[in-house]
Amino acid sequence: MFEIKNLKASLEDEDKQILKGMNLSIGEGEVHAIMGPNGSGKSTMSYVASGKSGYVVDAGSVELDGVDLLEMEPDERAAAGLFLAFQYPVEIPGVGNMTFLRTAVNSQRKARGEEELNAAQFLKLVREKAKALKIDADMLKRPVNVGFSGGEKKRNEILQMAMLEPKMCILDETDSGLDVDAMKLVSEGVNALRDGKRSFLVITHYQRLLDHIKPDVVHIMADGKIIKSGGPELALEVENNGYADLLNEVA
Amino acid sequence: MGEPKQESAAETLLGRHASPPAASNWADSARQAARGRVLSMGAAGRRDEYWRYTNPTELNAENTADVGILELDESPVFDGVEKLLITFVDGVFSPEQSDDLSGESLEISTLEDAMNSDIHWASDVFGQLEANGQTPVQRPFAALNTAMAEQGFVIRATGKISKPVAFRYLRESAQSDVVIHHVVRVESGADLSILENGAGAARLNTCIEVDVADRGAFHHLRAQGRDHARLAVTHMFARLGEESTFKSFTLTVNGKLTRNEVVIDINGNNAKASVSGASLGDGDFLHDDTIFITHDAVDCESRQVFKKVLKNGATGVFQGKILVQPDAQKTDGYQISQGLLLNEDSNFLAKPELEIYADDVACSHGSTCGAVDENSMFYLMSRGVPRSEAQNMMIAAFLDEAIQEIEDEALADDIRSRLVGWAQRHSA
Repeated sequence: MFEIKNLKASLEDEDKQILKGMNLSIGEGEVHAIMGPNGSGKSTMSYVASGKSGYVVDAGSVELDGVDLLEMEPDERAAAGLFLAFQYPVEIPGVGNMTFLRTAVNSQRKARGEEELNAAQFLKLVREKAKALKIDADMLKRPVNVGFSGGEKKRNEILQMAMLEPKMCILDETDSGLDVDAMKLVSEGVNALRDGKRSFLVITHYQRLLDHIKPDVVHIMADGKIIKSGGPELALEVENNGYADLLNEVA
Repeated sequence: MGEPKQESAAETLLGRHASPPAASNWADSARQAARGRVLSMGAAGRRDEYWRYTNPTELNAENTADVGILELDESPVFDGVEKLLITFVDGVFSPEQSDDLSGESLEISTLEDAMNSDIHWASDVFGQLEANGQTPVQRPFAALNTAMAEQGFVIRATGKISKPVAFRYLRESAQSDVVIHHVVRVESGADLSILENGAGAARLNTCIEVDVADRGAFHHLRAQGRDHARLAVTHMFARLGEESTFKSFTLTVNGKLTRNEVVIDINGNNAKASVSGASLGDGDFLHDDTIFITHDAVDCESRQVFKKVLKNGATGVFQGKILVQPDAQKTDGYQISQGLLLNEDSNFLAKPELEIYADDVACSHGSTCGAVDENSMFYLMSRGVPRSEAQNMMIAAFLDEAIQEIEDEALADDIRSRLVGWAQRHSA
């Protein structure tokens, strides 16, 4: 379903490799989590997979349903079914949230040869999804993420995910900056999208999020690659003991 | 000044147009005085402080080059708006293509008719606001306009005018060199809107003098056509009374050379002035906004909001000044000018100036120049929005602060749709 093979990537401006041969395979409907110390390359992996500029892929591949994503523009990757929930959602003054969402939804539908939603259909859909995430009409009218609290920004990410219905969702530290209630709300939003077919990759520092979004597999990432994979108990181990033992194990 | 070379350049300017026929004494003397101003100040030159960024050579030249006439592929700007339409073809009023010139609380006559009658208020405005606006900065093209213009309208509003007066400047000739002068008086408590649309000429020189009485309101919205090779130099001179409002917005897409000058003298307390514009150019494009706002009364507010989108070597110029006189306490002045460069070979040249002699004022100004924000682009694209569309959304967002200066929402939306149209045509 989602396959990362021997992925090596560097920063464009510096001669510094961040990803050093990463391998990851996520099957249909599975939820995987990635944990790892700061600077291990977790966010870089999510940016390289979704096509952010500023990175050079030195080797390897990223495939979604057998289709190579690395040659595609970010919007084409999105239309192919990839979604990245940002750690820091970008504020875009002057662009209305609603306009943005509708353009995004219809651009993807168009790219896939599906019929675009008209204004009424779109409005009905967005209201329904927003309600579940406790996003009020006012938030939809405002410019994208401008003046949103940390929690509102993350809820807005999940709303976009719900509207775009991707096949593969990468959640980059979606729990950062969230209080307990907001984390629960966001997690419920994510769980509502688990339908047995859609796959998730949850990047997090804390086991707490994984109490809400239960992973099938937990990976530990360090220095640009996965160093250990296991069941949910691996996250508990990290929570209790930190990374030191795991890093020593592979050293 | 006074060098023989510049004097002959001034003669060339005046010689380009036929002298207007003799009219009433007051009109003739105003024109004569303007003629004298042109001769004494000479033509604009690159050494002039306010012509450093914009080369006036083609505006000064004796003849105009051929300028192809653009076939419009969209409905005319302001098409859907109820208005009193006044059409000029190559700078000449065309009654056949205009509405009946009447309206409640509205006195309107051609410049020619007005110059031949004894309109008391007009003699107080025609050539007078322009002359006042010549210090401390000289504006020879405005004086030229007063001296030579035969075409234009003289308008007086005595109440709230429901329909805007809409000037439409059509072109049929490839080489027309046109001068148009409007004179406007908004009486106490009256409210008038003026729309202008069209390139008008191969080389267009317009001047509008606006006298807004106490508690009067004047709105101006302009779209300068899409003809690529046209040249335009425009002036607005305004005098504002107590608690009056003046708002002017200009949309400029394309145009080889456009110089828009707005000179406002805030004379009455509690008055508000706003001058704004959005301009978009791709390639052979130079757009210059030169603004001078003088605060000479207390508790007044002025805003200058200018946004320019520039691509493939296009140049944007902004020269904006706020002058706060010693007695103009509690002045609230705001000025922002921003250039969005869609690629690296475009230029945005800005010269914000604040000259403040009062001690209790709040003036803020800012000027920025940069490319489309890459993080925002990635965010939009990661949601499936294609690059060109994402860029167009960013352009629209960038321009919106200027468009928000337009009070009428329907007109603002009309302008927005033109911007989107331009962005889509130029997104390759």
